[in-house]
This record gives sequence, structure tokens and C-alpha cells, in this order.
Amino acid sequence: MNSLRYGLLWFIPLAILLALAPFISNNYIVQQATFVCMYAALALSWNFIGGYTGYPSFSTSAFVGFGAYAGALLQNAGMPMVLAWVFATIFTGIFAACLGFAILRMKGHYFAIGSISIVEIVRLIAASWSSLTGGGEGLNLPIFRGGPEHAGMVFLYSFLVLMLLAVITTVIVDRSRLGFGLRCIEQNEDAADMVGVNVNASKISAFVLSAIFCGTAGAISASWVSYISPPDAFSIVMTLKVPVMAMLGGAGTIFGPVLGALVFVGIEQSVLSRFLDYNQAILGLIIVFLIFFLPGGLLRISLFQKLKQRITKPSTPEVKS
Amino acid sequence: MSTPLLQVDQLSKNFGGVAAVSQVSFSLEAGQIVGVIGPNGAGKTTLVNLMTGVLRPSGGTVRFNGEDVTAQRPFQASRRGLARTFQIVQPFPQMTVLENVIAGALFAGPAKSTSEAAQQAMECLEFVGLADLAQRSAMSLTLPSRKRLELAKSLAMQPKVLLLDEVNAGLNSAEIVDAIELIRKIAARGITIMLIEHLMKVVFSLCDRLLVLHHGELIAQGEPQSVASDPKVIEAYLGSKFAAKMTDQKTLPAEVIHV
Repeated sequence: MNSLRYGLLWFIPLAILLALAPFISNNYIVQQATFVCMYAALALSWNFIGGYTGYPSFSTSAFVGFGAYAGALLQNAGMPMVLAWVFATIFTGIFAACLGFAILRMKGHYFAIGSISIVEIVRLIAASWSSLTGGGEGLNLPIFRGGPEHAGMVFLYSFLVLMLLAVITTVIVDRSRLGFGLRCIEQNEDAADMVGVNVNASKISAFVLSAIFCGTAGAISASWVSYISPPDAFSIVMTLKVPVMAMLGGAGTIFGPVLGALVFVGIEQSVLSRFLDYNQAILGLIIVFLIFFLPGGLLRISLFQKLKQRITKPSTPEVKS
Repeated sequence: MSTPLLQVDQLSKNFGGVAAVSQVSFSLEAGQIVGVIGPNGAGKTTLVNLMTGVLRPSGGTVRFNGEDVTAQRPFQASRRGLARTFQIVQPFPQMTVLENVIAGALFAGPAKSTSEAAQQAMECLEFVGLADLAQRSAMSLTLPSRKRLELAKSLAMQPKVLLLDEVNAGLNSAEIVDAIELIRKIAARGITIMLIEHLMKVVFSLCDRLLVLHHGELIAQGEPQSVASDPKVIEAYLGSKFAAKMTDQKTLPAEVIHV
């Protein structure tokens, strides 16, 4: 409860600032704000399976790509844009449920490799099934009308709403029976089973939760860029970046993934974009740094903890029941 | 006594060519404390695993409250009221002691909400004497406390049958006296207990009935004293040569087994 209040202290101003971006700055900043919202939504999604449940999933891009193709095909079939996003989300959820049934039997490294292979498999299917997906040539979507500035605002707000939905879902799950069960699984799966947690159903729920916002994000970005192709939609770099963001901020916390996405996009724009040849190597260094020095993420380092104590102490003392 | 609370019929489990448990049949009547003894590798833990759905039997059935539960999953066993503890304690290490117990009350117990579960969990912690440590992390507990936590967790599920897999292993004799007292208190709540145990002191002071497993087979069952003087049981523990000597001398074998 306290960590929620503390998180809201910086999250609400951040959300307002992101919402105001079109009025206080230029198109470049609006675009970066859109990326922050999108990656925050993706990292929050990953947090359900990777953070709460402790299953290191690298399937993010599989769901983003799946959502992108689902949205694109529906839009090309004449469905209105927002409705196409909704259906893309639903289809991605169903896809994840079927997938989870198969790959959640694996644990640890095996699960990590299994989940990353899904990205490649779906990419290959998208690249080969030319009659449906256009194969390697990709798919064009109807271009969003109303000029670039208007479009920039519409997509910023779409991703902002998606991020807010992901945060609300996280808060609900965090305080629910499901969230408690997921944390039990993360700590000790056999013991969770033994205290009565339906382990399989919980893990599949977490996997579906980790997929649906990715599906929406994929569909929205397909409409945004109005062209998708297999290597862009099923990007391996993105599937690695998103868990790194969540871990950077603090996996298994409510707002950690948002903070991680914000910091990561900041690093990317200020540092990585200046070293185009080396940016993958720098990403690697960040991962190594995280593992050695920040295993709990930014939200769990002592400075933040102290700040948090200072802020939360004067408020109503919670009964330690 | 009408239908027994738990009935195990011809239960078997093979791992490859090894019969870990073969053709074991017995029943638990409500309110009893039944001990399961047998040398290491006799199949005691496997038997518990079969009864709680951790392992799928190769043959035979388990009936609980008259219902066939042979194919149940562990979480279903817990929700039905068939709780167990592990020989090697299985806490949620980074959660507090209280949260560990809340998990039991929330998922397998009757609690409808987290706050209700917290209340029930606290009662269980008081019952086992861990209330003072409720806010400590489970990882920080000593072994005897961890064993108590394991008990509190399973009590929070409000079980009808509790299967205790060597809850006293690794405890010293003073701690064992406390543990015996605690198990007695649990039984006094009307919970039927099946106790896997190596220590004869515990078995003889607690159990109404004993089951003896050897090489996966149930070689004897009955009152503790009569089981302890059964030549087959002595043979399983001490070997045939020594067993013959024992029966000649008519010494009370329980004291020998105690060593």
C-alpha cells in the first residue's frame, strides 16, 4: 500500500508531463514520449510473467508482432482502427494462452530459450505465409489522416492510455489472490502447489497478461508506422530490451517497469544513438551491469528505499497485522 | 466406525524397474494418529507423494471421504483437506513468516479475503508459538522454527488429514519434546495425522497405530508394541541374523530400534 502511494507520487506527474508533451515541446520529444509510454506498457506486461511469476520470458516480440499483423490484417479488411486494436489484443491473448499451455512446463533457462524461439518461429511463419502476410515484402496499412502533428498526438495518447491500463491492471493483480499466488510460484513453485495455488492456471494467466498489452502495442504501432515487415515486427532486440527495462526499474514492483522504460529510452537517445556501431555492445554492457550491481532494480536501491521511508513515515502508521 | 476417512488400496509406484511402493493398502480412521516407519528407502515419502498427487501411482487407488482422489493434483489435495509437510522444509523464503501462512489460509483454507486469511494465519502462528516472529522473513528462521512454520502453514489450510513427513528430523531432544507436545495439540483439534518418523520415542509416545514399510511393501501394521516385537519388523531394521538373536533373548526390541 505504501509503495503504491510512494510510486504514485512520481508516476502521476510523469504521466501528466507525457500528456503535455505536444503542447510544450517539438515533434521529436513527442515521439520520444510515445516511445516511453509504449515501452512502459511492454515492460509492465513482461513484469507479470518475468517479475511476479519469476519466469524469464523473451516472448515479448512474438506478441508485439502477432498483434501488429492481426491489427494490420483486420484494418486492411476494413475494420475501424480502434476496433482492430481491440480484436488484435483478444487474438494475442488467445495465442498466448495456447502457447503458455505448451511452454510453461519448462523452467528457468529452458523456459527462456523456449520463449525466445517462439519469436523466431512466428517470424518465420509471417515471412513464409506470403498469401496472408505479404511475406518478406511486408504489409501496408491505411495511412492515418490528419497530418503528422495530429497523428503524433493521437498515437501518443493511445500509448499513454495503454500504459495507464497496464498500470491499473498491475495494481489490481498485485493486490489480488492471483498476484499473491504468482509471488508464491516465484518463491517456490512446489510449495505453492502444496498450499493450494493452482500453479498451471496461474502461470497461464500471467503469460496471457504479459501478452495482451504487447498485442495492443503491436497493433497501435502498426497503425502508427503504417507499414510492417517480419524483421521489424518480430524484433529480437526488442524482445531483449523490454525485460532489461523492467529489471532496470525493478522487476516484480508496480512502477519499476515504468521507471526502467523512462531511464532506458533516455539512455538510448542520449548515448546509444551517438554510437550507432556499438549500441548493441553497450546494451550488452548495461545487462551485465544490471546483473552485477542492480539485481533488484533502481526502485530497490538504498537511496530510493531511504527516500521512501522518509516520505511514508509521517503518514498514517499501518497496522502490522 | 463407518467408512474410513482415507483409504489406500493396492497402491503401487514403479520408477523404471524399481518398485518404490508396491501393493500397499491401509486406511486412516478419523481422529487417529498413525505412524509410518521403515528403514531409509522403504518408500515412506513416495507413499505420501502418491497420496497427495505429487506423483501419479502406477496402480491402485486413494479414496478420501469416500471419493476417488487418485488422479488429483497437489493443490486439489490441499483444497480437499489433505495437507502435508515436506521432509525438507519448503518455505517461500523472501516472504514474511505471516505471509507464508496466509498463503495456506488463502488458497487452500476457508478464507475469503486476504485480511480474513491474515487473521487466521496469525491464530495458527500463535498456536505453534511463532507469533513473535510473524514479520521476520522465512529465510531468517532457525530449523526448528522453520519446521513449526511448515506446521502453521498446513494448519492454516484447515485440513482434515495432515501428513507429516519427518517433522522432527534434525531437531535435538529438547526440541523434540516440544514438537511431540505440538503434534498432540494438533490431534486434539480433531485432525487425523499420519506421521512419518524415524524416532521411536516420538512414534511410541504419539501413535495409535503403526504401519511398517520395507522395500516398498507394507510388512506389518497394528498397535505400536505388537508391531515392534514382530520378527519381520526387527529383521527389516537389524537383519535376519540379529533378529533371530533378539527374539531368542526376548528383549524388548523397541529399545534396540531406538538406537
